[in-house]
Amino acid sequence: MQQLKDLINGFSSPQLIITGASIFFFLYLYFRKFLTEPSVSLFFLTLLVGFFAFSMTDANFREIVLKPDNVPIVAMIYLIAFFTWFSLRRAVENDEAITKGGSTFEGKESDQKLYTWPNLIYQEFICSILVGVVLLIWSILLKAPLEEPADPSISPNPSKAPWYFLGLQEMLVYFDPWLAGVVFPTLILFGLMAIPYIDKNPKGNGYFTFVERRFAITLFLYGWLIMWVLLIIMGTFLRGPNWNFFGPYEKWSVHKVVPLVNVNLSEFVYVKWLNTGLPKHWFLREIFGIVATVLYFAVTPFILAKTVLKRMYIQLGIFRYAILMILLLPMIGLLLKMLLRWSFNLKYIIAIPEYFLNV
Amino acid sequence: MAEVNPPAPSTVSTGKTASPQVMDRRSFFSWLSCAWLAFAAAVAASGTTMIRYLFPNVLFEPPSQFKIGFPDDYKIGEVFEGWKSKYGIWVVRSVDSIYALSTICTHLGCTPNWLEGEHKFKCPCHGSGFRITGINFEGPAPRPLERFRVALAEDGQIIVDKSKKYQQEKGEWNDPESFLKV
Repeated sequence: MQQLKDLINGFSSPQLIITGASIFFFLYLYFRKFLTEPSVSLFFLTLLVGFFAFSMTDANFREIVLKPDNVPIVAMIYLIAFFTWFSLRRAVENDEAITKGGSTFEGKESDQKLYTWPNLIYQEFICSILVGVVLLIWSILLKAPLEEPADPSISPNPSKAPWYFLGLQEMLVYFDPWLAGVVFPTLILFGLMAIPYIDKNPKGNGYFTFVERRFAITLFLYGWLIMWVLLIIMGTFLRGPNWNFFGPYEKWSVHKVVPLVNVNLSEFVYVKWLNTGLPKHWFLREIFGIVATVLYFAVTPFILAKTVLKRMYIQLGIFRYAILMILLLPMIGLLLKMLLRWSFNLKYIIAIPEYFLNV
Repeated sequence: MAEVNPPAPSTVSTGKTASPQVMDRRSFFSWLSCAWLAFAAAVAASGTTMIRYLFPNVLFEPPSQFKIGFPDDYKIGEVFEGWKSKYGIWVVRSVDSIYALSTICTHLGCTPNWLEGEHKFKCPCHGSGFRITGINFEGPAPRPLERFRVALAEDGQIIVDKSKKYQQEKGEWNDPESFLKV
């Protein structure tokens, strides 16, 4: 038992979790036909429930999972897993039907017309009663966690944002506040609004499909599941005192020592590789980071347009392709930067604290 | 129809419709401008009270200058946390100097904790870490903690002036007023 726990704790590092989850994500989409089978999904569900049941025997795990704040997050894991599976299962069935020339499940369903009253209204009524019951029981069983009055000289340790902002808080660890707190949320919001204008494909409207909207669905699901939901789960269960990373069975000790001495790219280049000191002037110091960033944002779109995204470039036209790149490159860049920090303790690629510009 | 005598009520109504003729164009405009002026005055008055509301009657701001005792009260190599909640500073005495560090993390402004065992300041919000000198070395904080002006008062006590801050990345920590030689 203890050995298994130690093993899981040992594998609990942000880079392994994100990389593992990403690999699982793409494999799941690729082998969706087999992996969304009800019997296989039942196996996954058993695995998940088994993991929680086994973990509940651990005092440290129990303490964090049963905190009134965190119980809804556990429910969220099951809900999101269910609805992702459900939509993909439907998509697989519909895609098969479409290739055979048949009509989709939703298409067949909407052929049978029903009256709103009583069919829909009854269902909504029952739903609202059920939700009311759940909320009532929830509010009775789990007390709202009230703490002592706020004191500006004491920040609770760990200080956590509301659960729905934990993804943003995780991003703030790797970037300047103006980037992670202002630019990225703006890009996320406007990016979500821009989706229907970038991808004008009318297919997949009113029914589940995967094949007809491969790129859009993959990109959205990756951003949603890996870069938002997974970061919330990590922020809730695995980020402990001093914002250190803890395994699920680890004691949240304030005194956990993690070597996190961060190094800027300029220090990597000038001190570690070239063995000269840092240049005095900031521009000379940061020239490598600036070149790398400019190359990333200026050259990648052209390479992608010539190779992997060739068809998409022709389909979208230059203007919509440019907007897609403006949204896509920061998204991938964010992930790259996080992986670089976790793996190499890279602090900033460009670090100009003189002008509050750190990327 | 026109020859039929109008009934009594209608004469009253014609009298009423005739009455606007009493008010000529000029007086109408003067009334109108009076009304607008009154409206503007009311809006301005309520606006003023609303703006006034944003400024508190009493502001409990700690003084920016204060005395924190004698240099010998502080032990070498120790971070004194006694002024953290009252004044928002840590007083550190190194081998040859005393300096006052700001308790505001340079990343997003949380209050870090001094961890005696690890000998570092650690921010609970995003994990920024600072050495005892205030230099940032881990986590996202882009620059070191700020220091405040320290000087000796006439009675021999240390006087801290929070209105003047010194930032390492600007080379200001060499300023003789940013630390106290002991």
